[in-house]
Amino acid sequence: MAELLEIKNLSVSFDTPQGELQAVRDVSFSLHAGEVLALVGESGCGKSVLCKSIMKLLHGNARITGGSILVDGVDITNYRQRDMERLRGRLFSMVFQDPMATLNPTISIGEQIAEAVRVHHPKMEREAVYQRVMELMKLVGITEPEQRYRQYPYHFSGGMRQRSVMAIALASNPKILLADEPTTSLDVTIQAQILDLLRDIQQKLGTATIFVSHDLGVVARIADRVAVMYAGKIVEIGTAEEIFYDPRHPYTWALMRSLPAFAREGEELYTIPGMPPTMIDLPPGDAFASRNEYALAIDYEEMPPMFQISDTHYAATWLLDERAPKITPPMGGDFHG
Amino acid sequence: MDDLILEVQHLTHQFRLTKNLVIKAVDDLSFQIRRGEIFGLVGESGSGKSTVARCIMNIYQPSSGRIFYNGINVCDPKEFRKHKKILQTSRQLIFQDSASSLNGRMQVADIIGEPMEIHHIKPPRGSLRAEAEFQLHSVGLDKSYLNKYPTELSGGMRQRVAIARALSMEPELLVADEPIASLDVSIQAQIINLFKHLQAEHDFSILFIAHDLSVVKYLCDRVGVMYRGKLVEVAQTKELFSSPKHPYTKTLLSAIPVPDPRRERTRVLQEFDPALFEWDGKLVEISPDHLVWKGGNQ
Repeated sequence: MAELLEIKNLSVSFDTPQGELQAVRDVSFSLHAGEVLALVGESGCGKSVLCKSIMKLLHGNARITGGSILVDGVDITNYRQRDMERLRGRLFSMVFQDPMATLNPTISIGEQIAEAVRVHHPKMEREAVYQRVMELMKLVGITEPEQRYRQYPYHFSGGMRQRSVMAIALASNPKILLADEPTTSLDVTIQAQILDLLRDIQQKLGTATIFVSHDLGVVARIADRVAVMYAGKIVEIGTAEEIFYDPRHPYTWALMRSLPAFAREGEELYTIPGMPPTMIDLPPGDAFASRNEYALAIDYEEMPPMFQISDTHYAATWLLDERAPKITPPMGGDFHG
Repeated sequence: MDDLILEVQHLTHQFRLTKNLVIKAVDDLSFQIRRGEIFGLVGESGSGKSTVARCIMNIYQPSSGRIFYNGINVCDPKEFRKHKKILQTSRQLIFQDSASSLNGRMQVADIIGEPMEIHHIKPPRGSLRAEAEFQLHSVGLDKSYLNKYPTELSGGMRQRVAIARALSMEPELLVADEPIASLDVSIQAQIINLFKHLQAEHDFSILFIAHDLSVVKYLCDRVGVMYRGKLVEVAQTKELFSSPKHPYTKTLLSAIPVPDPRRERTRVLQEFDPALFEWDGKLVEISPDHLVWKGGNQ
């Protein structure tokens, strides 16, 4: 499969008064054309920063301290804003969590979608733009687009707003869609509809998608591959089946065990002890070690490398080293009944 | 018969938006909460869950209907004034957004002590500060947090402080309006455990409002499902999740995401057509403790 996006050893830091905050540390992954890759992790683990650093939407105090971002084989790591403006929208678009903050409350929905179309096709005729907007609104499942065109964001429900945002993001057929928790603020029923829509569009247009979420249930529905992030690093990556039925990293186990869906009756929910580390002055070794009940002595001293489990499945934990003691994972296939 | 702590009878609340536009947020709603149980209220946003909570807590004066708390009709201003102190101390409310429900200019110790100061309650453990420390401890925070401001705490910790503040009044009824909606999965688990522990320890009743059904399934004893201001189904949690009867409940249950890719990809969403909902009807008891909305006048 063609690799659309390739991230190699990417590190992103913020300069803060307290010191250097390492938000993304040595992250490598690739995204194939037409697949959905989910990024999962707690808040503050660097999921959103990773997305924004690909789009170069980070603030001035952030800088890429190492690694490279390759799109279609072209290195865009050192692209300036002007170069990026040509890529944004065409090559990649982003959908954010809160649609109300993304949309302009004083412009009608149709005009906002039309604006996105016009930016990428400045010479398009008025009528053609209108037709394209209608097409986009139908694509994302907005019914009665002619009437909806003139309505404002406050006329729309949360789900409909998120659909409009997606229409804007898809206005110029991006190859990569970055969706940053697009369903977090929505109801369960609406959330399921939006997920199905994303999946649908993705299959129709072949858009590769990076889907950021902290909800493993949502991820199970949409993702082809899953990357689990902790303290700015990808600790485990694999196909959805591998991550959900055969997880190898203790952090992945912990995340899954804390879901009420896996709790057995009468039993207390599992909670991860301790707090996520602050990303300034990280201790040597595995950042998860102090919260990990399976931590080995070496975890406190040396960072585990990525161990390969299969062609697609990698995990960064010393438990996979051949010298490590054998333990039975608390999570795995049997738990799904 | 049952020992009821709260009885809601034909509660209706309307919002008048303009002269001619009235929205019925809660429409002829009746349910009971028994002493010592966790009652879950679920439904999509806009279905009136929070309005119910606010009517129960006397934040809104309902348009009609009655709410009995321990036999006191809280909607009657006269009765409310007569029992004001007991009503305002033994019922406590926890909000979704802990960042805005805690005063950012007060330290944790003062936040937890404030209700006691307002109600002129002598702290049972000597000083307000000692009391705050005790309550903090019971929600799993140590005394180093006493002098912190809410902005210095993470979302989960702030929610713990909000719970500690509610606990300081030794409530009999806790109304929690989406207390975990804005938290991370692992923090959610901590707060759910905390609710379960505290409930077992203090034996108070909880009205737990949520839209995450897997949490409700885990935590609650009984569940009520709301749809556009109406209660369409009330049952024991196990019964509701194993044999939902109302089509809307089925839709809601079919939308719960399951962390299992193979099952999740084949799962089909059940559509609920609002046109099919019969507005005239009533809750009918189809089996003991299981009420379902039945349309028409049969």
